[in-house]
Amino acid sequence: MNSFITNNDGIVLKYVVGNDDFSIVGEVSSKIKNVLKQLNIDNKLIRRVSIATYEAEVNVAIHSLGGYIEVTITENEIKIKIRDNGPGIKDTKLAMEKGYSTASNKARELGFGAGMGLPNMKRCSDEFKIESKFGEYTELNMKFIK
Amino acid sequence: MKISKVIELINGEILIGSIDDSINFAFSSDLMSDVLAFVNEDTALLTGLVNNQVIRTAEMLDLRTIIFVRGKVPPQEVVNLAKERGMTLLITNFTMFESSGVLFKNGIEALRISNE
Repeated sequence: MNSFITNNDGIVLKYVVGNDDFSIVGEVSSKIKNVLKQLNIDNKLIRRVSIATYEAEVNVAIHSLGGYIEVTITENEIKIKIRDNGPGIKDTKLAMEKGYSTASNKARELGFGAGMGLPNMKRCSDEFKIESKFGEYTELNMKFIK
Repeated sequence: MKISKVIELINGEILIGSIDDSINFAFSSDLMSDVLAFVNEDTALLTGLVNNQVIRTAEMLDLRTIIFVRGKVPPQEVVNLAKERGMTLLITNFTMFESSGVLFKNGIEALRISNE
């Protein structure tokens, strides 16, 4: 379920990301980017958020059983939370290494699976946290300072 | 460099967009992961991939010009996605090497990547 809430914490957007249709991967990131543009956020910041969000969306589609992306926009920062329904990452330290990848051939045909996604998200964000329980879930939390 | 000049140099065709647009930098890759990791300026993208993810990648980076090399032609669905985003799409039978080479020789600049 997609939702759009405004409360005291700011604007909270939540989008479901599936794992079955590669052709629509990027739609959620595109929607998020459009909202950020409408809020007149600095273009360079929008670009950093967009790259990180898109990389995350690709990861959810390629590696997980589906999940969601939640964006919280406050006066001073943009927070992005991505959580999936598993299967989780065995070794998150290894997953963070440039060039390490477990992506399928299908993902590689699309131009992904180079083992650059997680390091790139870290590069783009001001704060980056990855948490995963193998067999259960992976959760990323990124913060972007305005 | 004007798109019209780019078309002449790579013996290409324009699918959508404007020949009056211009480019100064270019990046050639079939790996969208690398495009997302290294491209951070207003740059033309040369690629042999013709799926939606090329357009999505360009969209996230605010890239406006994509040159499809090696005679690859994107399907209509992909062209439509680019059209909605105001992009310029070119096609050429040149290989990625030759397309890149001829553009570089005529003044299109490469990006400098940092591997911090």
